[in-house]
Amino acid sequence: MEKRFIYADNAATTAVSEEVLNAMLPHFRTAFGNASSIYKLGRDAQRDVEDAREKVAKALGAEPKEIFFTSCGSESDNWAIKGMAENMAKKGKKHIITSVFEHHAVLHTCEYLEKHGFEITYVPVSDKGLIDPEDVRKAIREDTGLVTIMYANNEIGTIQPIEEIAAVCHEKGVVFHTDAVQAVGHVEIDVKKQGIDMLSLSGHKIHAQKGIGALYVRKGITLPNLIHGGAQERNRRAGTENVPAIVGLGVAIEAATRNIAEKAAIITPRRNRLIDGILQLPYTRLNGDRDKRLPGNLNISIEGIEGESLLLMLDLNGICASSGSACTSGSLDPSHVLLSIGLKHEVAHGSLRLSIEEDVTDEDIDYILEVIPRVVDRLRSMSPVWEKMMKGEKYE
Amino acid sequence: MLYSEKVLDHFSNPRNVGEIEDADGVGEIGNAKCGDIMKMYLKIDDGIITDAKFKTFGCGAAVATSSMATELIKGKSIDDALKLTNQAVVEALDGLPAVKIHCSVLAEQAVRSALSDYYTRQGIDPLPIVGEIKEPEE
Repeated sequence: MEKRFIYADNAATTAVSEEVLNAMLPHFRTAFGNASSIYKLGRDAQRDVEDAREKVAKALGAEPKEIFFTSCGSESDNWAIKGMAENMAKKGKKHIITSVFEHHAVLHTCEYLEKHGFEITYVPVSDKGLIDPEDVRKAIREDTGLVTIMYANNEIGTIQPIEEIAAVCHEKGVVFHTDAVQAVGHVEIDVKKQGIDMLSLSGHKIHAQKGIGALYVRKGITLPNLIHGGAQERNRRAGTENVPAIVGLGVAIEAATRNIAEKAAIITPRRNRLIDGILQLPYTRLNGDRDKRLPGNLNISIEGIEGESLLLMLDLNGICASSGSACTSGSLDPSHVLLSIGLKHEVAHGSLRLSIEEDVTDEDIDYILEVIPRVVDRLRSMSPVWEKMMKGEKYE
Repeated sequence: MLYSEKVLDHFSNPRNVGEIEDADGVGEIGNAKCGDIMKMYLKIDDGIITDAKFKTFGCGAAVATSSMATELIKGKSIDDALKLTNQAVVEALDGLPAVKIHCSVLAEQAVRSALSDYYTRQGIDPLPIVGEIKEPEE
């Protein structure tokens, strides 16, 4: 089969769409005004920023004044969690609940707060990668002020029971934040119906540029100001608005949420064909619940090989993918997500994540399914771990 | 992760992959939990390493350093092979990212482990000649 180029790592980042780029371009050279300026050029910029805010709000079922632009999903997470912690401290509350398999933007923020006198409960996830709302209920205490649980996991794509978790929080009067960076544009979100109090999102996962994100904060919750200075973002986050990026985010989120069901109907069967095809290989397993997962996500462990080698081999064949191996996580331990759902270290090292969108065609799927078995065979043939497995010896 | 062209070359076309059926020394280092295992096979004739092969479970750097280590010791005397340092492997590969230096240490130790096995098979205590084999820290 002829070599192709296939981008199957949309959970890492996405390309800026033509629609988004075209909307952004005027804001660099002609419509370049500062949104705080009084003259028309400035007023136009302000109008475009507010127009983008409306688009983001509409996509989430929120009101425009509940949307704050940030520089990325991590910033949104940090602001929501540390800001709420500051509010809690004033009321003598010091307990926060999160889960063991959050993104590091949430986990490391919680660990930071632990060092500053807060107590964190990390609720477990099932072997299918799902959080039980009952575990959240059990963890809530008198002094709990915040629950932060991701909407969809970034590695295994599992979609959490957000509405149920939010309901549990509200029964006890606890604020609920969700990191929805991976979910926006892939699942229907309505913050009011679902009872979400705060939600983080990122632009570059939905075909806007890198360096733009947003935080939804429900009316009635007042977070401390993140950046002190000018009056931008209703005094909460000073700094001249990144108008091109904000405009791009507005267009991107409108496009991403326009036809979620139609996109899923195209992507899901292709993704399922990939799952079934790869699982034909012996000693493989799908990580995360098969149905309660993002349409384009698959995460499979392939025993006997190591993830980074697999990614390099796929790259040589024109396929961009991702892994949870230690080598790709930048530490000696494999992904905390894969360990949290009960994978052994040696199995977690050999994991493969593909995250596809509708531009990956059926022919591309054929190509991936031709390349992966060939590459896996090659790596296994040179793997002493595989050799031992085949002889029935232990390799731990 | 920025790999040199040489690392990528030794990863995508590794030299000396495989096993030696009647090897005179076989060494294994690392563990699957940490994500790297190297197994090294040596054929030794009259104090000269006439053949070297390896199998590796690990990242791109683990494969490339194994490949380079076998290249560097093939045709050399045992004495020369014992002088192989991880630094020599790194230099021969035009460098490694800092987080991957441990792979070159594994390659160095895999060679020593195979030589240690060679001496043991000869009924010679390898410790005074080869020294301690350093297993990677967990």
